[in-house]
Amino acid sequence: MAKQIHSDRVLEIDNIRVTFDTPDGAVEAVRGVSMHVRRGETVAVVGESGSGKSQIMMSAMGLLASNGQATGAVRYRGEDILNLPVKKLNKIRGAKISMIFQEPMTSLDPLYTIQDQLCEPLMVHGGLSRSKARARVLELLKLVQIPDPERRMKSYPYEMSGGQRQRVMIAMALANDPDLLIADEPTTALDVTIQADILHLLAELQARLGMSILFITHDLGIVEAFADRVYVMRKGQLEEEGETQQIFQAPATDYTRMLLDAEPSGQKSAPAADAEVMLSGKDVVVTFGTPGGFLRKDTQFTAVKGIDVALHREQTIGIVGESGSGKSTLGRALLQLLPSEGRVVYLGQEISGLDRAHMRPYRDGLQMVFQDPYGSLSPRMTVSEIITEGLLVHEPGLSQRERAERAAQALEDVGLEPSMRNRFPHEFSGGQRQRIAIARAVVLRPKVIVLDEPTSALDRSVQKQVIELLRRLQKEHALSYLFISHDLAVVRALSDYVMVMRDGKVVEQGLTEQVFDNPSQQYTRDLMRAAFDLREILREKLA
Amino acid sequence: MTDMTVDTGPVQGESRSLWATAMLRLRRNKAAMASIFVLIVLALAGIFGPMLAPHSYSKVYPEFVKVKPSLESYPQEEQVIPAAESALRRARVDLGAIDVEDGKVRIEVSSDSRDIDPRISRYLDRSSVFSDAEITIDPADPKKGVIEASVQQLYFLMGTDANGRDLFSRILISLRISLMIGALATAVALTIGVIYGATAGFVGGRVDNVMMRFVDVMYSLPFVFFVILLVVFFGRNLVLMFLAVGAVEWLDMARITRGQTLSLRRREFVQAAEALGVSGRAIVRRHIIPNTAGTVIIYMTLLIPKVILLESFLSFLGLGVQEPLTSLGVLISEGAKNMRNAPFMLFYPAATMTILLFALNFLGDGLRDALDPKDR
Repeated sequence: MAKQIHSDRVLEIDNIRVTFDTPDGAVEAVRGVSMHVRRGETVAVVGESGSGKSQIMMSAMGLLASNGQATGAVRYRGEDILNLPVKKLNKIRGAKISMIFQEPMTSLDPLYTIQDQLCEPLMVHGGLSRSKARARVLELLKLVQIPDPERRMKSYPYEMSGGQRQRVMIAMALANDPDLLIADEPTTALDVTIQADILHLLAELQARLGMSILFITHDLGIVEAFADRVYVMRKGQLEEEGETQQIFQAPATDYTRMLLDAEPSGQKSAPAADAEVMLSGKDVVVTFGTPGGFLRKDTQFTAVKGIDVALHREQTIGIVGESGSGKSTLGRALLQLLPSEGRVVYLGQEISGLDRAHMRPYRDGLQMVFQDPYGSLSPRMTVSEIITEGLLVHEPGLSQRERAERAAQALEDVGLEPSMRNRFPHEFSGGQRQRIAIARAVVLRPKVIVLDEPTSALDRSVQKQVIELLRRLQKEHALSYLFISHDLAVVRALSDYVMVMRDGKVVEQGLTEQVFDNPSQQYTRDLMRAAFDLREILREKLA
Repeated sequence: MTDMTVDTGPVQGESRSLWATAMLRLRRNKAAMASIFVLIVLALAGIFGPMLAPHSYSKVYPEFVKVKPSLESYPQEEQVIPAAESALRRARVDLGAIDVEDGKVRIEVSSDSRDIDPRISRYLDRSSVFSDAEITIDPADPKKGVIEASVQQLYFLMGTDANGRDLFSRILISLRISLMIGALATAVALTIGVIYGATAGFVGGRVDNVMMRFVDVMYSLPFVFFVILLVVFFGRNLVLMFLAVGAVEWLDMARITRGQTLSLRRREFVQAAEALGVSGRAIVRRHIIPNTAGTVIIYMTLLIPKVILLESFLSFLGLGVQEPLTSLGVLISEGAKNMRNAPFMLFYPAATMTILLFALNFLGDGLRDALDPKDR
């Protein structure tokens, strides 16, 4: 490649390759990718999980796992920083190039106050005195718009919400006036409304400080609203690059088109009005903690505050709301997985307050699919053991062969090869694992399934497949779903009735079209806008 | 890098459980593999060594007390003549030339006053140095004769102890005892601790509170006092050792397992099992215990050396196994008493113990890396 000097390029990545040494031989995660970031520009790198987009940045910052190796060149203002010794690299990373990560919950040290965490790098790298560092921290916290910064400086990370922690992380990254901010999925773990706030903050800071931003994400909605230029990655290679507008309007490759089309689509019609009520809850209240008493502090917290719900046959009720609104708690309380008050009736039988043993006969009809496809499958059991576990409980009369047949059938039902049943969960991708989790639920031939954010941890394209699967299973087995999600697009595609929750209460409910097209509450409107009109919000706020 | 766009395709490569992956990683750890090899050799030596060793661990050779380790056979040449002289002293004969050759001794005997009594050869036989003594009396002169006897060839590779027992054989038997105590006491601790801890952690609430307070009470008993009490009441025996050590060591295991269980309890796969209606006992058995196994195994490899050391400590205090059985701790204790005049008595048992503990700790370390819970 011709060695041109591009004086306006802050970062230049030249034909980088990242290889991981695994027991199965070398695995190439990144296969020769070149990209660059100009001064003051926002560049997005998009791709699905496993496309190698994060690994490029990790190798550039010298953060590769110990079995990884990177070749090629990463130039910061013309100087190659790839595989530099740590001491030299530290002069650049954290100072000139800084990074924010996906998990605001884990990237702050829980043992130090915000002030200590932010002051330390300033005192060590910047050589500031304690009082000067403190003044600078205050300034930074103001910059990232944390309310009441003087008080917040003395709080510990656990006292702050996810959005606030991410703001602190951004403040930390900005401490040394970087030229380039690398943001690795900084809003994935946040609610849509907070995501909009954080993106807005980043855009504003960029305009004010004139730094470049390299944004890694799998969410095309953000890219469209936020980035100037886009690199699309697939399987460790660059699939396409170009201006955002051009890519979104006229994608050159099928893969990009597929990504763009992966927004969930379709809708569900409501069941007949006289359909049988499968599961109903009346005035459901869930309280955590213990009441105050002699010498004991009242630690009670009411997560669900008296909710009525009635789920009909073949109905899908979508429950939406921000994190902490009590939507998962409600789902678990209805299934009697949490102690709760109120009356819960399943097929005419009151099941509220039943203990584990008395609840068992109803369990095969009431199933649940969890959010995290990595955490909800026991890592030491094979797929067939996982799927047939429920059969051992509910149909103990089955022979081993019959159980294996049922497992094979359930796997086929969810679109997996029955021949994979002797493998272990860690050998499957996220989408495949979620299919296994669904197979575990449907093998018992349930009537009601509570789906707790089943698609949140998945890529859009995989999400789409899972949605199709859920739709098909609902039709084939006449299932009723309680669909809990913060992802409004998915809820719109899957459910016919929506309940919007906030602080343990239902603020609005109704038929899907009605709630989505004509929300009556300000809270619902904010949610909708943050989810569907990100671009508008950013433009409006920046103007 | 497992996520694929096409979501239904089969997984590449051969299926491998977490255990298999861990083994693969362990196999690349040279120190751990060497440790496994050493441990196997030591275990085999402990099991079969005492059967194959030339000396019984309890056989006393009064002529060879605290002899130095040597590759040559005992008695050595310069010891044969004094041995023969002292053996034949009571025969009241005059000794002529004594030749030692190829494990045979040839002694010329004569007497001034009486004929040689052929029975004097028995004096030689009585000594453990000589055997098959035969006397030939000169047909011309019955006052002269020649005794021929084979000299015993005893090898004491690591010398003998203060009672004249072969140290090598004693080390072999002590390996057996120490490993047995290590393995059995650990098994006791493991079984009780894992079941107790998993139950406490899983059931939670008041039951957990009561169970763990009991553990705290047990912790606060002074261990040595506890063992002395047991020994006083029931006398010294090996089973008691297992019980005493196991009864103390399970406490750590219970706490560790409980901690693991508390975090596993919140994992979604446990909740999923609850949603399936699986009973509490089955959840503990199928979901909790297998997932604590990594930590437990690591802790176990570190517990075995701890138990061995504990046993040595008790034996050092004289509360351990009984003579003539022995353990590494007893041998080291004896060696320490004879450190000045017979340093080898300390050196060999201590070296064996060190190698054993090194191997166990290295293996524990390797297992920790291999089973690292970070790589799920």
